[in-house]
Amino acid sequence: MSLLELDDVSVTYRIADGDVPAVRGVSLSLAAGEALGVVGESGSGKSTLAMSLLRLLPRDAQVTGRIMLDGEDVLAMKWGRLRAVRWAEASIVFQGAQHGLNPVQRIGDQVAEPLLVHGLATSDKARSRVTELLSQVGLPAWRARSYPHELSGGQRQRVMIAMALACSPRLIVADEPTTALDVMVQAQVLTLIRDLVAAQDIALLMISHDLSVLADVCDRLAVMYAGRVVEAGPSYDVFHDAAHPYSRALAAAFPTVGDPASRRAPRGLGGDPPDPMDLPPGCAFQPRCPVAVDECATEDVLLRPAGERRTAACVHVGVPAEETTR
Amino acid sequence: MSLLEARDLRVEFASRGRRARAVDGVNLAVGAGEIVALVGESGCGKTTLARTLLGLERPTAGTVLYDGKPMSYRARDLKGYRREVQLVLQDPTGSLNPRHTVYEAVAEGPRIHGLPDEERVVADALARAGLRPPERFFLRYPHELSGGQRQRVVIAGALALDPKVLVADEPVASLDASVRGEILALLLRLRDDLGLSALVVTHDLGLAWNIADRVAVMYLGRIVESGTVEQVLTAPRHPYTQALLSVLPESPERVVLSGEPPDPTRIPGGCRFHPRCQTLASGAADEVATRCRTEPLTILPASPDPNVACHYALARQPP
Repeated sequence: MSLLELDDVSVTYRIADGDVPAVRGVSLSLAAGEALGVVGESGSGKSTLAMSLLRLLPRDAQVTGRIMLDGEDVLAMKWGRLRAVRWAEASIVFQGAQHGLNPVQRIGDQVAEPLLVHGLATSDKARSRVTELLSQVGLPAWRARSYPHELSGGQRQRVMIAMALACSPRLIVADEPTTALDVMVQAQVLTLIRDLVAAQDIALLMISHDLSVLADVCDRLAVMYAGRVVEAGPSYDVFHDAAHPYSRALAAAFPTVGDPASRRAPRGLGGDPPDPMDLPPGCAFQPRCPVAVDECATEDVLLRPAGERRTAACVHVGVPAEETTR
Repeated sequence: MSLLEARDLRVEFASRGRRARAVDGVNLAVGAGEIVALVGESGCGKTTLARTLLGLERPTAGTVLYDGKPMSYRARDLKGYRREVQLVLQDPTGSLNPRHTVYEAVAEGPRIHGLPDEERVVADALARAGLRPPERFFLRYPHELSGGQRQRVVIAGALALDPKVLVADEPVASLDASVRGEILALLLRLRDDLGLSALVVTHDLGLAWNIADRVAVMYLGRIVESGTVEQVLTAPRHPYTQALLSVLPESPERVVLSGEPPDPTRIPGGCRFHPRCQTLASGAADEVATRCRTEPLTILPASPDPNVACHYALARQPP
């Protein structure tokens, strides 16, 4: 059975100007020990989706559908239960490590806090657990006495990961965990996340705008556009042989160094993602789509099978290959 | 001949009572119509180097040459210089005034320089930056534009002064993946159509592969390897360049350097990369190990030929 199961999840922000449908009917599942990457541009709804998993959204967000975490419906949980679940069963690593830590509290105290709040350790035991957690993320024990400003960006992100691991959760949601970091530090943090997930049988839901990073870390990928999953499948297939034209464009946006096809030939998409309050009729990607046909302007295409364990929301999917290649 | 050149450039800062040698002896040249990528991690000095080339920092030693002449720091000369060499910043949201319309943002430079026929200048600049028809954007505010459009407005602001060189600091780092390619294609097109040179400061080797002619890899205040993009990125000779390339997604064998990028207030003796060097640590460089630890490398010249500052690579090079 999957550890996390999203069934037709929608999130709508009710603001003064009207309703903003940020996530529109997303279904995903994630098993223990599995890493799923959710990729999309700003405004695609990927972060909203991540926040909805632990009900961390502001009050004006209305969530519908079903979010099952280990067989329990997150949306139906009482506040007390929800508080118990956060950190202990599922935790989040946020993108800005700079802002996620309290600047006037020592690292050790911050990592220990979830342990103490959840009554999982006495303050003595918590101290040794903090040492253990810091060493898991590659930081020396004396760092527990440091303040956040004394650490580099990569070290702070390691502390965030140590906090997320503190209560031995079964699910970790990582929202752009390496975006603000340098390439080398990013590689260090990604290697760390990958190793920890594999060693502790944790399920990982990782969110990023960078398809190449996700393809490297995750087993499966889901590509979001305008609040929907437009393609899902094994990472290798989605990255190297995307079925949806949007995923293809995303994959091409990150060139492989040494590939003659991308030398002096940056590739992107014209246009911009649609305004969620003013979605185009038919397929939301159609105005930017290089392979759009007439019916795309009228038919709202939902996910359909696109090969083994793969789905994609495009009219060209399921049509014999020679008809779609331009 | 080079259009913009750094000659034995050094820039130092006082940092908590110590001297930070942010740029510690750099030769770098950007030729007319050439796109050069300056690559390195944060803290390597690449942004300081770019700011010094723009005249925003004064070098502690060495010279910036433009069109063969040393830069003059007199106010009037700097003003003229900044018409020719324009800066494009990383975050278009931060570099545009939210209360100024697109027209005002682009017209600011031409007004300061007293250019005639302002409206035509602004319209031309917007069109060249790919915002067409330009009149449709005149009265829009930054918050009404997408990230890609904002970056185009910033580029239009630079183009309005008809510069010869753009210095772009991470021009696509804050943009979405699908928009990134469009902005890079714009930089390439500006070079092809207007002969514009560019120095692109980035940590992104894919970007260099996408648009640059030459690349210079910077580590702790020095250029450690330079050459054409093909030479440096497909056959890197410096262990640091090799490590940077190895951590790209999809690369077969990963060399993740441990530790953080080091501190410009404590530059190690010998080769400045030796404490993190994977080649030295593996024992492969044993024959030159003493030199790596004790003997500093000479500063690389600004020549377009391939150059590397590494005892091991130089020892293996056929004479």
